[in-house]
Parts: sequence; C-alpha cells; structure tokens
Amino acid sequence: MTFAITRMMAPVPVVGNPLPIGGGAEKITIRKLNFYYGDHCALKDINVSLYAKKVMAFIGPSGCGKSTFLRVLNRIYDLYPNQRAEGEVLLDGKNILAADQDLNLLRARVGMVFQKPTPFPMTIYENIAFGVRLYERLSKSELDGQVEQALRRAAIWEEVKDKLNANGLSLSGGQQQRLCIARTIAVKPEVILLDEPCSALDPIATAKIEELIDELKNDYTIVIVTHNMQQAARVSDFTAFMYLGEMIEFNTTTFIFTNPENRRTQDYITGRFG
Amino acid sequence: MMMLYARRRFRNMTMLVLSVGATLAGLGWLVLILWTLVVEGMSGLSLKVFTEMTPPPGSDGGLLNPIVGSLIMTSLAVAVGTPIGIFAGTYMAEYGRYSPLTQVVRFINDILLSAPSIIVGLFIYEVMVAPMGHFSAYAGAVALAVIVIPVVVRTTEDMLLLVPKELREAATALGMPRLYVIRRVSYRAAKAGILTGILLAIARISGETAPILFTALNNQFFSADLNAPMASLPAVIFQFALSPYKDWQKLAWTGALIITLAVLALSIIARMLAASRKTS
Repeated sequence: MTFAITRMMAPVPVVGNPLPIGGGAEKITIRKLNFYYGDHCALKDINVSLYAKKVMAFIGPSGCGKSTFLRVLNRIYDLYPNQRAEGEVLLDGKNILAADQDLNLLRARVGMVFQKPTPFPMTIYENIAFGVRLYERLSKSELDGQVEQALRRAAIWEEVKDKLNANGLSLSGGQQQRLCIARTIAVKPEVILLDEPCSALDPIATAKIEELIDELKNDYTIVIVTHNMQQAARVSDFTAFMYLGEMIEFNTTTFIFTNPENRRTQDYITGRFG
Repeated sequence: MMMLYARRRFRNMTMLVLSVGATLAGLGWLVLILWTLVVEGMSGLSLKVFTEMTPPPGSDGGLLNPIVGSLIMTSLAVAVGTPIGIFAGTYMAEYGRYSPLTQVVRFINDILLSAPSIIVGLFIYEVMVAPMGHFSAYAGAVALAVIVIPVVVRTTEDMLLLVPKELREAATALGMPRLYVIRRVSYRAAKAGILTGILLAIARISGETAPILFTALNNQFFSADLNAPMASLPAVIFQFALSPYKDWQKLAWTGALIITLAVLALSIIARMLAASRKTS
C-alpha cells in the first residue's frame, strides 16, 4: 500500500525535448541570426524554425530582443540607418536578408501589426482599400467585397459596416487594432507578425483579438510578441523565451509552461524575474 | 514655516504683477497701433479705393494698381516658392532624414529664415535687375519667393517630423513603396500643418517692402506687364506715407489697413487649420 502511494506521488517522468514533433512544415527558418543597433548586438546567434499555420509566441523581459526579432522578419528595420542583420532568414527556403530581396514584395507576404494601433488618417474603408489597391486592380464592387471580407475576418465588420466613411481614428482603441489587423489581412500575407498587439487594449478587446488569432491560424503563420505570459499560453502552439538577445528556449507552449528545460525560463514564467 | 509661506506668496505676487504688466505694456502698443490704423484707414476706405488708379497729388484716386500688383507678385512668389519649399522639406524629413546634407540645408535654411529681407532685395537686384537693366515684376516675385522658401521648408519639415514613426512603419509594413508612404500617409497626416505654413508665408511676404523696392520698384500706372516695374501695396504705402500731400497720406493709411486685414484673415484661417489638425 505504502509502495503504491509513493508511486502515485512520484513526479511524472518527462519525455525529452519534443522538438520538432508536431511542428509541421517550416515556413521560416532562421540560422545564426545576429542583429546590431550600431555597435550594440541586440540578437545573438538565433537559430529557430517557425512552422506554417501555427502560432509562435515570443516572451521575455523588456529589452530582450523579441520585438527586434519580429522587425527582422519583414525587414522593417531597413527604414533606419545603423541597423543591420547578419545570418540567414529563410522564407520558404529563400534568404530574405539577401541584398536582392524586394522589400515591398516581402512585406506584402509578411504583414505586421504594431503595439500601438496605427490607423491611417483616412476613412475606415480607405484604410483597407488602400493596401488592396497596391496589389490588385479591382472594380469598385470587387474592392467593396474585399474590404468587407477583410473587416469580417478581423471581426469588426458588424461594428463599422454603417460608418465605413468615418475616419479610422474615430474608432476605439480595440476597434482600431482590429482595423489594423483587417488592413494587414486584406493584403493577403502568408505570415502575420503581431508586436504586443494587446498591450494598449482593455481585457474585452484583448479577448476579441485572441479569438481572432485562434481563427486566423487556420490560414496564416502567426508570430506574436507578448509581455503577457497568460496570453502566450492561451494563443500559441509554440513559445520561445528570449533573454538578453539570446533565444534561451523554444518548444511547444505546453512544454515551456509546464516543464521548461532551462532554469531562466522557469524563473521567468514563474514570475521570479522579468 | 509661516514666514517661508508668506515669502513664497510675496514672490509669487511679484512675479504675477511683473508678467501681467509686461503683457499689458506689449498689448497696449499693439492696440494703439491697430486703433490708429483703423481710425485713419477707415476714413479713406471706399469703393473707389478698389476701382481707381493711384492719383497724382491733389486729385482723387484709389489703390487698384498696387492691389493688383501685390496679388500678382504674391501669387507668383507662392507658386514658385511653395513647391520648392515642400520638396526640400520632404527630402529633409523623409528621404534624407539621416543624411549629413540635411543638417547643412537645415542650418542654411535657418539663416535664410531670419535674414533681413533687404538683403534678399539687394541680392535679387544684383542677379536680376542689374543684368536685365530695369526693374520688373519678375524680379519682385523672385525676391518674395526667396522669402517664401525657407518658411515653407521649415514648416514642411517640422510637420512631417511630427508624423509618428509608427504610422510610417505601418504603411511600410503593408509593402507600400516609399513614394506612396509619403504621398498618401505622411502628407495626409501633415496636410493642415503644411497649409498653415504656406498661409503664414503669404502673410509674411504681403507686407514686405524692402525687397520690392529693389526689384519691382513701383509704378504710377496700371501695368500687367511682368517684365516692367509694377506697383505694390507696401511700395505705394512707403512712397505715399513719406509724401507731403494729405490725400496721398490718407491712401497710405487705407493701404496699410487693407494689408493688415488681409494678413489677419490669413492668420485666422491658419489658426483654424491648425486647430482642425489637433482635433482630427
């Protein structure tokens, strides 16, 4: 009897690192990625694979490089001098860091939603139509359809359908953020980067965005940076923990949150630092 | 404790009295100037002012030729100066934001912005009037344009720099080419501010006298010939106010009032635009 109880209380043995079990097809493969702001090295030797039609969450304390990592994936950092990336970021096997990469084309394939909602200073309709027109020549009715579809997918159609000609800035913060997601979807990207998309939103708006992420992963590869560990646990399939520019651990979300291999990961997710 | 508090109160009162006093002193002069201008100018204001030419001393007349001249030269100056100013400002805030050239241009532009306008007049005299051999409305317009450019460069750059970088990043992240980002997003966000700058530039040049005297000179008669001397309100005010003739002096007051009202109207429009920028 005693024996049986001891056995029941013993820790469940853990099978080793399950990577890349269940990972599926690799959408983006990153090899030896280093990133510099001037002389400061902000990302150190990152190696990771991002899987198609999954949600990958990046967590870590402020300044650990997770937003920087995201900004490499669509090369938005290219806007600024003195920022440069080294290594390889393979999108469907092709290195996007190569000099001959067409940046506009890349950004059409890899969309991004920012921390602060950033509607353009134009009508709600134009906010969406604008991006669509960049890539497709459409008749008015086709365009109307695309705009509606994007707004529906971003779960904001019902709230704005009667005021498509209102200024995008007149919406609430949560609505603005969903408008921005709609705008990103409308361009039909393959990958969506979300940079702390809920940090400026209230809990209800946050819940809506999270539902949306869950819905969107059927069609898109989603990479999300978040400060909120519960959010990472709720929405993602894989989680990466970053610290001081290094990728400490990357694994399935269940694994990271229940049995992290690295001591620092465990300390961070249990709230001991960060 | 109470001592300290009483002393602070006293200091506060002193400061308040000083600043209110200074404000009233400054405002007082301004009111006095405007009052004199309105009283003196109104008495000569009639329909004739807008329909008749400048008269010889002792006879009746109006300010039609200087008003038209001012409008022509100001429009030309704005038509030439605004695009140059906007393009330069766009380069500085968008394409060349981190380029050393921008630093240099900004420095020179600031000097130009505060340069006495008589220097601009002399410069245009040297490069246009002297070689051409005569004064002309062209030269006047160019001189005014040289004054418009730095104002527009400065406001365009400032307003574009105020556009949040997030907005620019968001547009870029959609795969928008640079030109689109600037035209469709940055300009749209900065529109009211840039327009305000242009209006302020117009207000500034509509009262400039020194550069006009060296370039377009003046003209007693109506002339739409851009290659000939042209009358303008500031030049006519200058000439008539200095004259010994009572009726000329009266017309000078009226002209001054017209310029002031026009500038006032422009300032009000500029302020309304600026306010709409804040609320939108």
